[in-house]
Amino acid sequence: MSARTIFTRPARRASVAPYIWMVLFFLVPFGFVLKISLSQTAIAQPPYLPLFGLTDGIAGLKAAFAALSLDSFWLLVSDNLYIASYGRSLVVALVSTALLLAIGYPIAYAMARLPRRWQGVAMMLVIVPFWTSFLIRIYAWINILQHDGLLNQILLALHIVSAPVVWLSTDSAMYLGIVYSYLPFMILPLYATLAKQDGALLEAAADLGASRLVAFWRVTFPLSLGGVGAGVLLCFIPIVGEFVIPDLLAGSDSMMIGQTLWLEFFTNKDWPVASALAIVLLALLIVPLLVYDRLQRRALEAR
Amino acid sequence: MRLSRFNIAALAFGLAFLYLPIVVLVIYSFNASKLVTVWGGWSTRWYTEFFNDRAMLDAAWMSARVGLVSATAATLLGTLAAVALTRGARFRGRTLMSGMLYAPLVMPEVITGLSLLLLFVALDAERGFWTVTIAHTSLTMCFVAVVVQSRLAGLDRSLEEAAMDLGCDPARAFVAVTLPLIWPAMAAGWMLAFTLSLDDLVIASFTTGPGSATLPIRIYSEVRLGVKPEINAICTLIIGFIAVLIVGASLASKLSSSRGDSAAPL
Repeated sequence: MSARTIFTRPARRASVAPYIWMVLFFLVPFGFVLKISLSQTAIAQPPYLPLFGLTDGIAGLKAAFAALSLDSFWLLVSDNLYIASYGRSLVVALVSTALLLAIGYPIAYAMARLPRRWQGVAMMLVIVPFWTSFLIRIYAWINILQHDGLLNQILLALHIVSAPVVWLSTDSAMYLGIVYSYLPFMILPLYATLAKQDGALLEAAADLGASRLVAFWRVTFPLSLGGVGAGVLLCFIPIVGEFVIPDLLAGSDSMMIGQTLWLEFFTNKDWPVASALAIVLLALLIVPLLVYDRLQRRALEAR
Repeated sequence: MRLSRFNIAALAFGLAFLYLPIVVLVIYSFNASKLVTVWGGWSTRWYTEFFNDRAMLDAAWMSARVGLVSATAATLLGTLAAVALTRGARFRGRTLMSGMLYAPLVMPEVITGLSLLLLFVALDAERGFWTVTIAHTSLTMCFVAVVVQSRLAGLDRSLEEAAMDLGCDPARAFVAVTLPLIWPAMAAGWMLAFTLSLDDLVIASFTTGPGSATLPIRIYSEVRLGVKPEINAICTLIIGFIAVLIVGASLASKLSSSRGDSAAPL
């Protein structure tokens, strides 16, 4: 009997506690989001009309079905504010992901070309900022980008500009913040696939007459597509729902969906609309999420 | 292989981009001037200011407690999940389980935060320390699971088989053989969980109650009003604290690497 089969039963037992935990605190909550999104807004505490409780029985369930309301969802499609928010989120996420790939790929490539003993150091250096607080790193940029901040001081001192430039509260600042925060997430999966590649492949390409550029494009890049996919999804999915970076660095004239949801929930106290926003956001992200899940499974379990 | 000039430039740019803003922040935290941008000489007055700021200290204490409890719970649950996924060939609901573990890694925080809050409201739970701790445990156990899983997948299974050939039952073989080999990964997972908890603003904002703000919530409300030197000092303290943790962890993994290889990097 192999270890695999021997371990099956204890492993099944080991899974019980985390399984129950995740069902209770990850899966079940989505049910509540769906439920609240179908109820009506009320000025009460909590601010929605209760749909049904488990104690009401079948009759209560029937009454509850009659009371289901799609009002929140209708509001989402009828008000341009929400559609614009979703649109902006998708555009911002696409542009940022493209920027991240363009910046992260050369860095990951260079890391994979380092001598072996330096690769570990380089990887550590990329990971360390990931450990320092997200909020602090965004705040660090506010220090630099503000009206009389370091960047303007340097530009003025070098006579590149004659008056301080407005950097904060612009889309450029937001993109900068996003690229800065998510760069390690792009570099690490890229580096992981690039470092595994066999150098002999490039030698073979060179022997067959390919220039270095052609060899890169025909050999290295296609073989790194797995890492590209992982990096892109690892960045794209969370950026769509990003709240902190656009809130602190972008202007207030147009909002991403994370900000709109936050506003509906905390400022307008409209829980049903906030829930409906979350449901639609989840629906938009379900395909990338499933693809990501497959990639992750292949990377961690198929060995 | 020799490094081309292009590669060196890419690396130098990447590292400068990642580290310069943090260096600037740390330097300015020692600025004596009240105006953040005017250099007024070296001073530690903003650190004194922080240690006299009651609300900020309370928030830091709250974050520390949430981090300690949630990281510990997440390490236990995450390790169990990792063991189940790498050592249990098939069990019912396995796909669902790994899906539930991988999705939170990328799930937008506003969704996770809102859904947990609605659960807590439905359960009529008092919001505060415990709700934030539960929320952070659910998020960070997934990261722990991935870190431990990649360590487990790289282990030589014949070690466990050998232990069982010598008469250990599977549980005993796990404790005697597997556990000593994966503890560096568990330690790395714990630290990752702790720093993620210390860092989280969105999920904590949704799940906490009045009067129990965490450190990021306090920092965020100050930052919205503009840059303050005191915030620079707090951020520097947090960075220093995390740096100490990382150095400690790499020393620990060095110690254990004399017996196996080092901990998972993430």
